[in-house]
Amino acid sequence: MNEATLEISLTVNGEQITKTVPVRQHLVDFLRNELGFTGSHLGCEHGVCGACSVRVDDAVVRGCLMLAVQADGANVVTVEGLTETGEIADLQKNFVERNAMQCGYCTPGMLITAAELLHDPKPVSREEIRGHLSGNFCRCTGYHAIVDAVETTINKRLEEG
Amino acid sequence: MNKETPLTLLDKPNSYVGRTLSRDSAKRAVAGRGRYTDDIMPARTLHAAFVRSPYGHAKILSIDVEAAKQQQGVALVMTGAELAEMCTGPWVGTLVCFDGMKSEPQHPMAVDRACWQGEPVVMVVANSRAEAEDAAELVTVGYEELPVVIDKETALDKDSPVIHPNLGDNLAFEKTIETGDVEKAVSEADIVIEDTFTFGRHTAVSLEPRALLAEYDPGTERLTIHTSSQCPHMIQAVFARTLGVPEHNVRIVAPDVGGSFGLKIHTFGDEIAATAAAIKLARPVKFIADRLESFATDIHARENRVKGRIAVTKEGIITSVDIDVRSGAGAYSQYPRTSVFEANQILNITGGPYAHENYRASTQVVYLNKVPTSQYRAVGHPIGNTVGESLVDQAAAACGIDPMEFRRRNVMRDDSYPRVSAAGIEMRDLSHQKCLETLVERMGYDALLEEQAEYRKKGIQRGIGIAAFIKGTAPGPAGYYGAGGAPISSQDSCTIKLEPSGGVICMVGVTDQGQGVDTVMGQIAAATLGVPMESVRVIEGDTDAVPYGGGTYASRATAIGGEATYQAAMLLRAEILEIAGVLLQAEPDTLDILDGHVVDKGDTASRISLAEIGRIGHFQVAELPNHIQHTLSATYRFRLKDALYIFTNGIQGAYVEVDTDTGFIKLLNHWVIEDCGRVINPQLADEQVRGGCVQGLGGALYEECVYDSAGQLQNATLADYLVPMAGEMPDIEVAHIQTHTGVSELGAKGVGESGTGAAPAVVMNAVNDAIRPFGGKVTAQPMSPETILKALGKV
Repeated sequence: MNEATLEISLTVNGEQITKTVPVRQHLVDFLRNELGFTGSHLGCEHGVCGACSVRVDDAVVRGCLMLAVQADGANVVTVEGLTETGEIADLQKNFVERNAMQCGYCTPGMLITAAELLHDPKPVSREEIRGHLSGNFCRCTGYHAIVDAVETTINKRLEEG
Repeated sequence: MNKETPLTLLDKPNSYVGRTLSRDSAKRAVAGRGRYTDDIMPARTLHAAFVRSPYGHAKILSIDVEAAKQQQGVALVMTGAELAEMCTGPWVGTLVCFDGMKSEPQHPMAVDRACWQGEPVVMVVANSRAEAEDAAELVTVGYEELPVVIDKETALDKDSPVIHPNLGDNLAFEKTIETGDVEKAVSEADIVIEDTFTFGRHTAVSLEPRALLAEYDPGTERLTIHTSSQCPHMIQAVFARTLGVPEHNVRIVAPDVGGSFGLKIHTFGDEIAATAAAIKLARPVKFIADRLESFATDIHARENRVKGRIAVTKEGIITSVDIDVRSGAGAYSQYPRTSVFEANQILNITGGPYAHENYRASTQVVYLNKVPTSQYRAVGHPIGNTVGESLVDQAAAACGIDPMEFRRRNVMRDDSYPRVSAAGIEMRDLSHQKCLETLVERMGYDALLEEQAEYRKKGIQRGIGIAAFIKGTAPGPAGYYGAGGAPISSQDSCTIKLEPSGGVICMVGVTDQGQGVDTVMGQIAAATLGVPMESVRVIEGDTDAVPYGGGTYASRATAIGGEATYQAAMLLRAEILEIAGVLLQAEPDTLDILDGHVVDKGDTASRISLAEIGRIGHFQVAELPNHIQHTLSATYRFRLKDALYIFTNGIQGAYVEVDTDTGFIKLLNHWVIEDCGRVINPQLADEQVRGGCVQGLGGALYEECVYDSAGQLQNATLADYLVPMAGEMPDIEVAHIQTHTGVSELGAKGVGESGTGAAPAVVMNAVNDAIRPFGGKVTAQPMSPETILKALGKV
């Protein structure tokens, strides 16, 4: 069977990319296997665990539920891109200091989801942070440390205006 | 080290031991630079997909692979029979230490018969996983369905089908232990409580599924496997022996491991198949389980029914405990660790915190047409603790004694060790009393009771739970694996080297899956040698690099590997000081090492740097007299001598609210006081406990692998098998009592499973406390809303 393919053009982590992809290829497989952005992980491949979360045109999406061809013309940002721009450097530092990860497999998705709370930070309760992160499965930490790290980051950003 | 000396090098001011330090691997993880098995993509890698049995039990009549072979991109289609020809023989998942145990020989892929839904039958290897799956759909397998055995309660009935006729029946193993005279104690008791508890099947659900990349070089006949594993040397032994490759030609590398929890101490037939394909094709072959495959093939655990009984005096003193455990294994006993540890461990630990002297515990482990079961985090402890602690709570209520006070009267006294438990296990260096009083203080127990009463008046039903526990950690050689005949090391090693630059390389057999094992080993090495943490690089997870070891399982890394690292560092330190003594014309015992420099004891001025010693020791050896032939490296191997385990203890508290209309449980607070001996890195120890708790809470409240009567797994997705998410989980307060174990100089016990072991018990006790005024009682886990409403008689 010859794979049906399409050419797509998109921006990934600030770089303009044109590639021919199988029409059935998921966005996260494209990012990992074609571009080498292995920071996004596959946990369930049915949209529940959140490990493959990436930012597409400013919305956090499941990279396993979106096809690469659907990202044609889009601006895609992965954890590698967020790291390079320094946008969440404080959040990353707090994750490290608070040990808000163990195996690290959920971490990129967790950071991208938590970053939504940082864009225009408002005072939030721990319960609200927990609610916001409830689409991202972490089997290691029990979440307490993650909530701490996110809370610390938000409070610091609010303090510093 | 002089045992009389109260302080060791580790207790120096500013020691790295006892201090929170960040993990280097965390810095990689937040940048998306983790390197997991699936992130490794060698050129010309092929991908394996499997045709799996759609039936719980079926005879394989025919297999037609021709259409699949013709598919574009397909490199190999292999049946179970073809794979069996490449193997030295089937696995038999028994250990000689489990007397009378039996199991049917098991091929890596089914040959004539499939015995659980999901058992691999045919492997397809293609250029991409998608192409392999396309071709797998074209494989036609003819099956004849056979009767299934699904219910553990009827599996031993005379009219039950027998899964493996060669075994005669479905019994895998049975055992009884008996101490004292239970029947006498029961007949003389003021109060006897009996109850039956059931526990659903769980699975580990590591976020990174099982993953393997096998590469074979026909020139050197070397096999290299990158795999998401906790136990590289065990994988080396099992894969080499199964596939007939010399062990020393097999290199196992565990790169970053995305969660393990015991799942990744095991070996699986599909992984053997993918490795066989790599050998046959001389190309890299990758197999990454998808989530459906994970649910349908990863080991399961926890399916048990326990009848329990406790006898007490009216003063609230426990006089006996007895239990009968029916444990539901899968279709085969998991090779090489078996499927009977869980039941055995329930027998070992039920009622374990208490000083009673009469105990009887029996189990029958039965085969079922389900996924094979085996060790999963805190093996058996969630079950034994739930049974024991629920019985204790019920007995306390029957006596009219506060459950905290009841435990206070019954726990083994802190000054009573060493002693032997009613289950016949040596206990030493425990601290039940200290932990209990700390919990009372941390919970604000009395105030909490008052608060609960106030809420009751408002019609809000809150419950307070308490669960004392023991936890077997760091099993010794007298235990099960090595002695039982499995190629699994119960000792562990560290090789430590001083480099010419003054840097230190520390190679350990224990492995890291995110717990921070590498950081902890680095802290121990740096503190012992007297060098900056930044000077130490820890290497783990590569059989070509590290000394032989068992890896990380059963909370053993710090307790066993940590002591090996400490002792190896002590040996290297002695070498360094001897060389320094020659160069400085000083007695070695007048010297110390501080921050990478040799100093006079009690002084801080550098007399010579470790870099200088490294330079001379490696490059300018002519400066040393001929009798100094040091290698500037040392290896130490540590094992327990007599102990079965290093037992730890602790106590958990939980505060919950139960909505008696919906059956929903809200977790309000959770406390854990535990004693893991010397704490190396407080933050990492805390996080082990927190994460472990939540894993236990998941099992207690949400998780269950549900099978129908035909042996079909009903909920093999993450949408249907519920796991704990951030929104439902509480903050967890953790405190450590540090009673050093006397079996090592480091004094550390295991910590990784203490949360998991007792969290199900404490939350069930809290729920039952909340609904007790309504006459409700839950004895089944997971405690779904439906279970609660049934207990309240509302549905």
